Amino acid sequence: MKLPSLRATAIAAVVLLGVGYALAFFYAPNDANQGFIQKVFYLHVPLAICALTGFIVAAVFAILHLRSGDAKYDARSYVAIHISVIFGVAVLITGAIWARASWGKWWVWQEPTLVSFLIVFLLYCTYYPLRYAIADRDRQARYASVFAIMAGAFVPLNFIAVRLANTLVHPRVFATSEGGLPPKMCLTFGVCIAGMALLWVTLVRFELAAKAARGRLRRLRRALEGGDAIAGGGSRIAPAVPTATSRP
Amino acid sequence: MTAFRVILAKDLRIELRTLESVPAMALFAVTTFVLFRYGLDRSSLAGGLAAGVLLATVLFAAIIAVNRLFVAEREEGGFDAIRLAPVDLTALWAAKAVALFVYLLALELIAVPIFAAFFLDSWAGIGPLAAVLVLVDVGLGAVGALVSSLAASSRARDLVGPLVLLPLLVPLMIAAANAAQPLLAAGGPSYGDVGKWLLILALYDLTFAAIGYAVFDFVVED
Amino acid sequence: MPALPLHEAGKYVAGAYLVFLVLLLVYVAIMSSRLARIDRELAELADLAERRSPEPEREKVPA
Repeated sequence: MKLPSLRATAIAAVVLLGVGYALAFFYAPNDANQGFIQKVFYLHVPLAICALTGFIVAAVFAILHLRSGDAKYDARSYVAIHISVIFGVAVLITGAIWARASWGKWWVWQEPTLVSFLIVFLLYCTYYPLRYAIADRDRQARYASVFAIMAGAFVPLNFIAVRLANTLVHPRVFATSEGGLPPKMCLTFGVCIAGMALLWVTLVRFELAAKAARGRLRRLRRALEGGDAIAGGGSRIAPAVPTATSRP
Repeated sequence: MTAFRVILAKDLRIELRTLESVPAMALFAVTTFVLFRYGLDRSSLAGGLAAGVLLATVLFAAIIAVNRLFVAEREEGGFDAIRLAPVDLTALWAAKAVALFVYLLALELIAVPIFAAFFLDSWAGIGPLAAVLVLVDVGLGAVGALVSSLAASSRARDLVGPLVLLPLLVPLMIAAANAAQPLLAAGGPSYGDVGKWLLILALYDLTFAAIGYAVFDFVVED
Repeated sequence: MPALPLHEAGKYVAGAYLVFLVLLLVYVAIMSSRLARIDRELAELADLAERRSPEPEREKVPA
């Protein structure tokens, strides 16, 4: 990834998030039912949407990887899942905080979206032990892609199942931009989601750039020190990002 | 088609001769029922609780079978054999999925009557429950075969298999539990929502069958 | 549950945003330590290259 693009997305992310949260606190009105606690949603929902989209994006990269055999797609798939899982942690913690403020308990099984998300999160957590347990790099990448595709297809199925299992118990506690949101809130949401998406992209590119740099370093070290040099701190599971320089 | 039939026949014949999986699953299931009787301190179950106990037991018994599914292939070079043979690689997954389905059916033929005898007041819901269980077994077969093949080449395979499998099975279990709950209700079975949940089960089965069919080639490739 | 009064809700909202910020900063900290290590290794290798280049007829290691 060319660095100027990374910088551009980073700046755009900062600007949009800054503006978005300023709007959230100074411009958007307080929710009639939930009061001030509703402000958490400008954080929680964009994080969740970006994480879930990130998982789907990872599945797309995985498909590309299997079809082309190019390891760079595997690296992108891995990093996409990695960043989305981190976002997922934030989603669950902010969700728990909201649940505590709204219901008095740190977790509510009646909130279908949160429960679905927990299940998806648990599934993607198993991505790491799966990769970790396969020694052969090639096979590891391939199986990880198979997993990413499976898990990507799982996400919508899971949401449907959990949603259906819950409608009879509670009405949807938490309405997002569909129906009923005043335009001021809509705008704020829009800006926050855009900013969060750019943050996700920034972090993914950042991580990929770090991997690429480490990969190049390893190659350089091997070239300078010879075959018996031990590559410093190579990760056992993180895929190496191939660079344009072909092996001599 | 023939490769599928040959592999399936081989697996079923081995199972019939060695009786490795199904008796263990059955024994495990019955013992689990006893555990639940004391763990829940209930000698009679109905509705959601009955569905939960039965399905959880079937699920964990399935894991036993899933762990053993590709053992022979891995140890005796079955993966290599099928790679070399001029057959569709997916036949291996399909055969394993159907084999797992058969094992689960066999398990349920033994375990469900025992469950009913232990816990249920009325056997009226068992018939329609069979339909639910068949759909559950199809899903378990498709997903179990796929995940088992992924885990087969890994180091901690008995750990990685169940670890990856369980979250994937949550929607299946949700649908199955919601379908089974009214069937096992205390006052006799009611069929109100069952159709909807059966549809979800079918959707789940179709989705993962399609995925398994699409990606299995990449699992077997060298 | 009725909406919490402002001074109560404020703490929860602040907590949520704080969690987000902390996670982000922890990530930045981890990445910066990785960058520091890359920097260090690069310096090492640059050194190595420097020492090598005054001797061009040294046996080239097949890379």
